[in-house]
Amino acid sequence: MFYGTQLNSRLMLGTAQYPSPQVLREAIAASGAEVITVSLRREGSAGDAFREILRQSGCRILPNTAGCHSVREAVTTAQMARELFGTNWIKLEVIGHADTLQPDPFALVEAARILTEEGFDVFPYTTEDLIVGERLIEAGCRVLMPWGAPIGSGQGLRHREALRSMRAHFPDVPLVIDAGIGAPSQAMAAMEMGFDAVLLNTAVAKALDPVAMARAFGAAVAAGRAAHDAGLMPCRDMATASTPLFGMAELA
Amino acid sequence: MISVLGTGVAGLCAATALAERGFPVEVIAPGDVPAPASHLAGGMLAPFCEGEAAPRVVVSKGQAALGWWQARVPGVEQRGTLVVAPPRDAAELDRFARATQGHRAVSPADLEPELAGRFARGLHFPDEAHMDPRAALAHLRARLVAQGVAFREEAPRGDIVDCRGLAAAGHLPDLRAVRGEMLELCAPDVQLTRPVRLLHPRFPCYVVPRGGGRYMIGATMVESARPGPVTARAVMELLSAAYTLHPGFAEAEVIATGAGLRPAFPDNIPALRHAPDRIHLNGLYRHGFLMAPVLGEELAAALAAPLTKDVTHAH
Repeated sequence: MFYGTQLNSRLMLGTAQYPSPQVLREAIAASGAEVITVSLRREGSAGDAFREILRQSGCRILPNTAGCHSVREAVTTAQMARELFGTNWIKLEVIGHADTLQPDPFALVEAARILTEEGFDVFPYTTEDLIVGERLIEAGCRVLMPWGAPIGSGQGLRHREALRSMRAHFPDVPLVIDAGIGAPSQAMAAMEMGFDAVLLNTAVAKALDPVAMARAFGAAVAAGRAAHDAGLMPCRDMATASTPLFGMAELA
Repeated sequence: MISVLGTGVAGLCAATALAERGFPVEVIAPGDVPAPASHLAGGMLAPFCEGEAAPRVVVSKGQAALGWWQARVPGVEQRGTLVVAPPRDAAELDRFARATQGHRAVSPADLEPELAGRFARGLHFPDEAHMDPRAALAHLRARLVAQGVAFREEAPRGDIVDCRGLAAAGHLPDLRAVRGEMLELCAPDVQLTRPVRLLHPRFPCYVVPRGGGRYMIGATMVESARPGPVTARAVMELLSAAYTLHPGFAEAEVIATGAGLRPAFPDNIPALRHAPDRIHLNGLYRHGFLMAPVLGEELAAALAAPLTKDVTHAH
């Protein structure tokens, strides 16, 4: 449940860098995603033609504050997003470093507090740091979006053990792996670890065939979730034969 | 009589193709409209490079553009396109190679000696070319005038071929604007002889030599209809990309900046659209110089075929 909304698909897609809005639309459909995220900082209020295409996708829109480097910028962008899309959902990004696009946790918490007080449902893009996560929850966030790896890097789950700890630390908070996913296997691994959803953009948008890649990610996320729900077997140190070694029939 | 609306690359190519087939043509150019988006174009004829993101039809049909321009305007230089990536983004070059055809791996310094020591690997697309877009359009216009084609400001007198780009958006509800920003630099110390594309995950750019030490640096792609001047962010990104390509650009003079709105259909493919009262040639997106000749010829061929002509009129 993401702020009271139940989703069938646990894949969320970004909408930037596609070859065309047409390809984007087909990719969304092929992926089965029900939530798409869209940036506003650069496009501003004059980007309505593109936003109309996004609205027509039928997906729930999660506007984001990508490209914002300060609390004030992020808050203003969120307010504009609410006006343009008529939604309280906001994916909060406050970038701390221009090269790694690493989130600035201090500004993030502050912006999250302001926005939740204004009635926003905040989806904060954060690191796997547990204390930052707690502060965000304190600030009113009911979802956390830890990064897998830096945005657009395709490195996958770079700090897997830290993410595992985070999952264990926040058992009742929806956790979405946001950013850094490059391959369906990485998305699937995140779902097997028990994360609630995966959000990605570049891996699909910049694939040679974005529509086919979107389909692959949709299938991987569904499979990962199904595997998690079915109960994965534990790793064992020793081989364990699945058929009995003793008492076999003597056929000779 | 056929009345072509618009004097950008779409209108001039359509008028040229129609006039060459013997149609009586006039071009309607109201004096108070802004300069066409094609004046800000890179002027590259790069169907293979564009294939990185463009659909196959742009790659295959666009290959006809080079011969079309060479036969009609001077200054079309076929020196190919050079594509490079900074060392830490070398994987981008492999992706670009996988996504495109018509290239060979090169050592960039073999083609552009000033890039020696900066880029170890590159791709050369030998069948691509470039030209100065404004000079080419001025020549095309003079050529039409010499053929007796009238350029008028008044109401059209013939069947309408609408090539007005975004000014035709009222007739084309799915036409949208994609903002583009560019710079022109004067850098006499930089000696590049062909378009060079710098691949970067966030700030890709191309540099097109305009001759006389001038270079065009382009271009951003923003899903916005905002018409205003170039943004500081665009200037910073384009300049830092140009500087990454060649440090000599640091001392360049910024002689012009430009921001324009590309007309685009949802699939970003330029197209002819038949409406009851007109034929549209529009949605050129970032493929104006590549696809306007192709669509102009398709339009002229369709109108010249008697059967098709009837169909067109019946619309």
